[in-house]
Amino acid sequence: MKKNMRLYKMGVFFRKFILYFILLFFALLWLIPFFFLVMGSFKSTSELFQVPFRWLPKHFDFDNYINMFQQIPFLRYLKNTLIIVFFSVVGALISNSLIAYGFSRLRWPGRDKVFMIVLATMILPYQVTMIPLYLMFTKMHWVGTFLPLIVPQFFGNAFYIFLLRQFLTGVPKEITESSRIDGANEFEIFLKVIMPISKPALASVAIMAFIRAWNDFLGPLVFLGSDRLYTLSLAASMLKSNYDPNWDLLLPLGVVMVLPVLLLFFVLQKYFIQGITMSGIKG
Amino acid sequence: MKKTVKTEFSEYKNSRMRRAEAKNGILFVLPWIIGFLGFTLYPILSSLYYSFCDYSVIKEPVFTGVKNYVTLFHDQTFIKACKNTAYMMLIGVPVTTFFAVAVSVILNSKKLRHTGWMRVVFFIPTLVPTVVACLLWIWVMQPETGVVNTLLGYIGVKGPGWLASPTWAKPAFIMMMIWTCGNAIIIYLAGLQDISESLYEAAEIDGASFFRETISITLPLLKPTILYNMVTLVIGVFQWFAEPYIMTQGGPNNATMFYSLYLYQNAFTYFKMGYASAQAWIMLVVAFAIILILFKFLKFGESNNS
Repeated sequence: MKKNMRLYKMGVFFRKFILYFILLFFALLWLIPFFFLVMGSFKSTSELFQVPFRWLPKHFDFDNYINMFQQIPFLRYLKNTLIIVFFSVVGALISNSLIAYGFSRLRWPGRDKVFMIVLATMILPYQVTMIPLYLMFTKMHWVGTFLPLIVPQFFGNAFYIFLLRQFLTGVPKEITESSRIDGANEFEIFLKVIMPISKPALASVAIMAFIRAWNDFLGPLVFLGSDRLYTLSLAASMLKSNYDPNWDLLLPLGVVMVLPVLLLFFVLQKYFIQGITMSGIKG
Repeated sequence: MKKTVKTEFSEYKNSRMRRAEAKNGILFVLPWIIGFLGFTLYPILSSLYYSFCDYSVIKEPVFTGVKNYVTLFHDQTFIKACKNTAYMMLIGVPVTTFFAVAVSVILNSKKLRHTGWMRVVFFIPTLVPTVVACLLWIWVMQPETGVVNTLLGYIGVKGPGWLASPTWAKPAFIMMMIWTCGNAIIIYLAGLQDISESLYEAAEIDGASFFRETISITLPLLKPTILYNMVTLVIGVFQWFAEPYIMTQGGPNNATMFYSLYLYQNAFTYFKMGYASAQAWIMLVVAFAIILILFKFLKFGESNNS
């Protein structure tokens, strides 16, 4: 009996060890591209192309980074990106909170049927609307401005509506009842009662909208047109498509583009995870 | 659920109040209604119309019937793009799903401690801007100086040319797809949290192994989550654009010419807007059909997880 118990315990330990080993192996594998990105950003172009491959650069100096700031209009691209990001986040917060409120806490005929349409637009590939939107925005003389990327953000997004509606459905009815009796109108209740308690869900939406706008590539590629308006992502892809791309500038640019997102993640991790699980679960 | 709605309704017998509420409700969702009409419904319908037209932007669209659709099915590049996309769906999506589920199940195992940082590790690739991920993977996949082949070299395997090879370019993209499956892992982990602990306790008393528990309890109850993630992946594969556009431009020998890349080229390189719209509509119909098949296949709603 005792011997059996010991064997069993050894088995449990062994199984745990194997599972842990598998995870550790993949986790390290997952980090290697990041390690390469950071190390590569310090390498010169000739070092990058050197055979055999070396993990570490010869020198750790910031020449590549300084060159990047001097040789490409980094600050202009950053400014462009931030303008789009800012309006995307503001637009997403204002429109989706209003819309989700209308879909969750107010009753009107046909509401749930209309909400099914909202959900259906989630599976609509962007490619279907992209061409007519391009033609429409061309006629409106919006192509070559930030407007095609910013304005639609003020009219709601199915994912964010869904996420906020999930949250608002969970808020008990009693919370708004007293202000209703006090004679507050619907907009006041929305603004003064519902918005303050929705902060965690709004934070998730803000972060998702930020990441989406910061990382977007197809939108800027189709709508921006001139070099003057390029975002960081678009500028990086254009630099890469040169006949002889300056890899010693591109990899530092990559590091600088990843860094803010990672910092944001480590500070606000909770809201990231919450946003993804709330939009994913029972979708 | 229905019962509470009914009792709430009885509180609002006053029809004037109900009408006021309905008016407010529609006011609140008005931005969505305007956006839906202007930025979704109108584009969908005009896309359908353009798909039956010859439209090169400079001239007004000319109605040509089903010509675009007929031409598409004789277009070798289009057929190649469909095959490549099907390859990603039939191999890439299942492989990625398998990996994400396996990692999530192990991460969720109660007996393992200190897995918090690993969750972070699997998640952070999804935060990397697509363009940066592409620049990075061009280097990771380099035949001579790339990380992947260097690692393979350590165990004595001579790695292929990856993005430069017609055979290995698509597997290279699948590797990249697996690397960025962190969102799915987070959703799986949330789904796993919902599975009642008591089921596992009962199984353990019966002497079920970890493997057995996974097959008999975890996977059946995780079905809705798997379905959701697979639908997301399938739509993602159809929309797979930035990666081939930046990394390979569809080469070598059209081996990475994917559906959306060819659509983009037709629309914005050759300005064949009607032709590209026909492609977009085929995509919409096929994506919808695949989602329906997935729903049927995984028999959504049969398990009682939600």
